[in-house]
Amino acid sequence: MAKELMPGQKRVTTGGILGDLALVGWFAFSLFPVLWMFLLALKTPAEQTTTFFQFSPTLDNFITVLTDRGRTLTGVDFKSAILLSVLNCAGAVLVSLVIGIPAAYAAGRFKFKGSDSLMFNILSFRFAPELMVIIPVFVIFNRIGLFDTPVGMIWVLQLVTMPLVVWILRSYFQDMPEELEQAALLDGYTRKRAFLMVALPLVRPGIAASALLSFIFAWNNYMFPLILTNAGSITVTITKFLGGGGQAYYNLTAAAGVLGALPPFILALTIQRYLVQGLSFGAVKG
Amino acid sequence: MVGGHQPPTVSRARRQFRPYLLSIPATVVLIGILYPFALGVYYTFLNYSATNPAPKFVGLQNYIYVFTDAAFWNSARVTVTFAIAATLLETVLGIGIALLLNRSSLIGKIFEKVLILPLMIAPVIAAVMWKLMFNPQFGVLNYMFGLGSTFDFLNADRALWSVVLVDAWIYTPFVAILVLAGVRSLPKEPFEASAVDGANWFYVFRRLMLPMMWPYILVAVIFRFMDCLKIFDIIYVLTSGGPGDATKSMQVGAYIQSVLNFNYSMGSTYMFLLWIIIYVVANQLVKLLNKAQARAAGSEG
Repeated sequence: MAKELMPGQKRVTTGGILGDLALVGWFAFSLFPVLWMFLLALKTPAEQTTTFFQFSPTLDNFITVLTDRGRTLTGVDFKSAILLSVLNCAGAVLVSLVIGIPAAYAAGRFKFKGSDSLMFNILSFRFAPELMVIIPVFVIFNRIGLFDTPVGMIWVLQLVTMPLVVWILRSYFQDMPEELEQAALLDGYTRKRAFLMVALPLVRPGIAASALLSFIFAWNNYMFPLILTNAGSITVTITKFLGGGGQAYYNLTAAAGVLGALPPFILALTIQRYLVQGLSFGAVKG
Repeated sequence: MVGGHQPPTVSRARRQFRPYLLSIPATVVLIGILYPFALGVYYTFLNYSATNPAPKFVGLQNYIYVFTDAAFWNSARVTVTFAIAATLLETVLGIGIALLLNRSSLIGKIFEKVLILPLMIAPVIAAVMWKLMFNPQFGVLNYMFGLGSTFDFLNADRALWSVVLVDAWIYTPFVAILVLAGVRSLPKEPFEASAVDGANWFYVFRRLMLPMMWPYILVAVIFRFMDCLKIFDIIYVLTSGGPGDATKSMQVGAYIQSVLNFNYSMGSTYMFLLWIIIYVVANQLVKLLNKAQARAAGSEG
């Protein structure tokens, strides 16, 4: 048969080559739309519908969508949509952390009546059809004046961010040995100090992962700002470049899409280690 | 007590109530969400719309109307067809990709880093991109595959399958990374033992790997199926539910009813029925998961 292999050297087999080819096939399919978005974002208005792969690239579109030039041209204010999205999503994540960390600690550390039902109710947000809650919220917001306000958006975004924060952090607190805190208590710490000085620093990676992941999900959310605001958000505003009635700006759409996809891309690459746990709400340990 | 510090004394009552105290803020937020939910259920028994701001109690009339309405059954059919097709495709592809990446070939190592990119883009941005690529006149897909300008990915016959394709593009990596994490956490010994026994690859996969991976696969299936049942973003951007009603899923239908046509009661009725479907299916799947986890734990122990 084949000659002796060196240590660490792998046998080249037909199956292996077919497997690699299948992988290349998937990643060609997977990465092409992203590549295409970049290409389209670099085209001039004249080239956007006339060419496919040959054109003279320009960064003009990015400048257009980010400045007043874009607003006068298309009537779409992308810059303030970005700022609004940053404000709403960061606010929502912050509120979720402040409220979610104590609840996650309680559920992860203590056994108490109702903890399981509280946790499952929080998780069930994740699976409820959003409109079941958003239709009444739409009616309520219109009545009490929270429609199209950051406070209102931060409030409903808890639907997205809270379950993530609470469930991810609960599994972090559960995995942390209780002896660490008990040692601190024996040294004369109060429960509060033991939590602040011992438990909290140890789950810092979990806090970072859940904060970043919930930020991405809030950033990517479409339905809430679509229904509950006029000002919109980054996702809602991108679709406006497609032109409702007016002229369509495909190259500007793509440029806006690239800008909107950039924060999740960067965050995703930095928290890849924690993604599995986060995406499955701790059901699968990465 | 001999030496050392004593734990600070805290009254028994305080110790007992501590977890409840810590949970109060989360409970308040929970109520803030449950209240609109309950209100939505209440709407389903009213004839509430923006044109009828003083609604009357109509009992089960909305449900009777919906159950005899062909449009509702169509949206239910679209939703379930989409959910089953997309979940099935994503699960099969995701398991395949996970197994290929698990062989840790050089190509796999390079690609694993970018596997999740589609999953991280906003579904709306992905849908916008695909919509541009699907365009019959200047879309890149018709050009690359030489389909001409009359082939429309989003016509009445194909639109739903195009939506499935876009959904699979976004969410197959989700299944893949969950299953991959599962595969990597499996114990090595059974596989080494079967290799020594000379079992072929397929036998090992079917009799050893699949039963042990099953809990991980089920978690992915549960998440995907539940999310697919409430599909909205991708469809709304790609087709707005059209052409005709070809892609009008239940949540898209409810959006059109309640937000565009201001018929709050009708939209809520759609959504409450969808919620019941999701609740029942989720319960069954979670039961299956618990069984699978118990069995996998048994086979490992």
